[in-house]
Amino acid sequence: MSKITIPLGPQHPALKEPVNFTLVLEGEQISGSAVNLGYNHRGIEKAAEDRTFLQDIYLIERVCGICSHSHTTCYITCVEELAKAEVPERAKAIRTLVGELERVHSHLLWLGIAGYEMGFETLFMYTWRDREQVLDCLELVSGNRVHYGINTIGGVRRDITPGQKAEILKRVAILEERTKYYVKLGTEEATVLARTRNVGLLPHDVALERGAVGPTARASAVKRDVRKDEPYLIYDKLDFNLITHNTNDVFGRLVVRVLELVESYKIIRQVLDYLPEGPIAVKVPAKIAPGEAVNRYEAPRGEDFHYLKSNGTDKPERVKVRAPTMANYPSVSYMLDGGYLADVPMVIAAIDPCMSCTDRAMVYDNKAGKVRVYGWDELRKYGIEHYKKRGVDFTKL
Amino acid sequence: MIIDSMLPALVYILIFPGFLFLAAYGLFLQWVDRKLGAVMQNRVGPPWYQPAADFIKLLAKEVIVPDACDTVMFKVLPYFALAAVVTAVLPLPVWTDAVYSFQGDLVVVIYLLTIPTVTFFLAGWSAVSPYAVIGSMRVLTQLFAYEVPMMLSLIGPAILAGTWNINEIAGFFAAHKALMAAQIPALFVALIALQGKLERVPFDIPHAKNEIVGGQFTEYSGRLLGFFYLAVDMEMVVGAALVNAVFLGGTLGASGAAGLAVFLAKTLAIVFLLTLVKVLMGRVRIDQMIRFCWQVLAPLSMAQILFDIFLKFRLQ
Repeated sequence: MSKITIPLGPQHPALKEPVNFTLVLEGEQISGSAVNLGYNHRGIEKAAEDRTFLQDIYLIERVCGICSHSHTTCYITCVEELAKAEVPERAKAIRTLVGELERVHSHLLWLGIAGYEMGFETLFMYTWRDREQVLDCLELVSGNRVHYGINTIGGVRRDITPGQKAEILKRVAILEERTKYYVKLGTEEATVLARTRNVGLLPHDVALERGAVGPTARASAVKRDVRKDEPYLIYDKLDFNLITHNTNDVFGRLVVRVLELVESYKIIRQVLDYLPEGPIAVKVPAKIAPGEAVNRYEAPRGEDFHYLKSNGTDKPERVKVRAPTMANYPSVSYMLDGGYLADVPMVIAAIDPCMSCTDRAMVYDNKAGKVRVYGWDELRKYGIEHYKKRGVDFTKL
Repeated sequence: MIIDSMLPALVYILIFPGFLFLAAYGLFLQWVDRKLGAVMQNRVGPPWYQPAADFIKLLAKEVIVPDACDTVMFKVLPYFALAAVVTAVLPLPVWTDAVYSFQGDLVVVIYLLTIPTVTFFLAGWSAVSPYAVIGSMRVLTQLFAYEVPMMLSLIGPAILAGTWNINEIAGFFAAHKALMAAQIPALFVALIALQGKLERVPFDIPHAKNEIVGGQFTEYSGRLLGFFYLAVDMEMVVGAALVNAVFLGGTLGASGAAGLAVFLAKTLAIVFLLTLVKVLMGRVRIDQMIRFCWQVLAPLSMAQILFDIFLKFRLQ
């Protein structure tokens, strides 16, 4: 049978965000694949240099629509480290609480997507209905459903009242009940097992070699979780298990995520129980002392990494974000090879990809077949020329 | 004279139980399927006129024919699918006895119900787009998986009734209601195979949207796509009517309005079962589907045939 090359993306029903996978097919089997990024590069890192540290929180929050709290917490910890600010314990607890609620909402969202990708729409409808419970909790705590905007330099912006505490506990109990059902469904339903077992295999040593992070790594029995390896916020005071699985496949990733939900409920209860009295924020000057800081944070999708450089003004000199999806891309191309076309959406979805958070831009010279990097002046010139062709001349303005 | 004999035939083919009835009932069943599925999935679901609105909207849309494709084939195929489905309903008992009934019409109906599937394959193949080509290859692969178990499952009741005439099979089971219970394994096989024929979850592999976008229909649009969808809806009615006639005794001896009521009630029950299957599971992979059809469904219907032969000798 002759080979067919089919494009999966940048616009495709299996993908929620633009990215392109070029697949070479022999019948139903994949004999080669390539990942092409760069469809949704937003220049956030550059934009962050033009804003103050405080304004950057709201920009960084928009790196990702799902793990928005992860990115701000990661960034803000860098700022606080440079400013040598002592964040109050209560603020740390509230950040942890929102972080775990976010993990619950992200994992439930993933479970729905996984159901959708395997054509199991009932699972999708059920999980997204139940996800409303945790979104309501987040709205209760922060006032928003997705971009919580609860972090501020030196603490958090909203306190938790006893009423909110009771409401969250009530909803967590409902969610826990539903999660038990999903554990049963995920490990017993015949079509789910047929579509996830031995699909997208990523052996333990390959996961290590390719630097997989988060549930993708943990499903290959890699004990890697920033919350355990390098406890931040109040994670050292909490009792929870690091979930791993040894099947190395999509099934393992499903089990890890569902069991992590159970752990998150445990953490939420402990945090609400712990919640020390005291202020929720300290004042931090607008100008941050010069220096560099790096920070890691366990986002729902894996390790999130931020680098910050300050030059003593109220604006950062450099902000660098490495979202977890970037670290998992090398594993995807390994998992796709030799698999079936029907499994491609499952394999891609199993790393819980967030394309826009991770997008990088590069210039590919088709004639020379080379990748080259533009400097600032060159990029500016290119932009002016581009708009000139469309009849807008910026040099005359 | 010719007019006298042609007029009823035209009414049968175009109005009842042919095109108009099939189209109206098909769209209604599509709504029942969608609404039931929605309720089972904890959603609201569409209003009753949604399928008709979708169809009318598609009729009004522009038809785009890709440059690279075989234009004549591309445009003619939806009508072939429609014609085959409309013809397939004529030998089936819908209100009293069937309009055209003859020995061997069971084989003819099975044959006519295969034609839409073949047009789906040709539609994808002639569209020359990677998604459509892969979809059409899947259509054909899937056909080889469910067609044989389906055929085998329909042979069992035919052997027991001792006839290849659908009406006589229905009449036989209407007269011997206890024997219907003995056909449950074959009924199960026929329902699952019908799910495959109608390309519904868990066998919606040829147009799995997450993998190959629109599958065999990717390049279709407007009126042509609308007629393909209508053919699929009507195929659901014909498939349910066939299962009803062969396994459930057709109209159970009732005729006229009562017969039609029995027909509608039983086809609705069959659609309920099909919806339940659709909601309860996810899509399987094509290799898993072929394995399931040949390792589970085919032996099961074969066992049913042996059992029916044995039963027939006992009864005599």
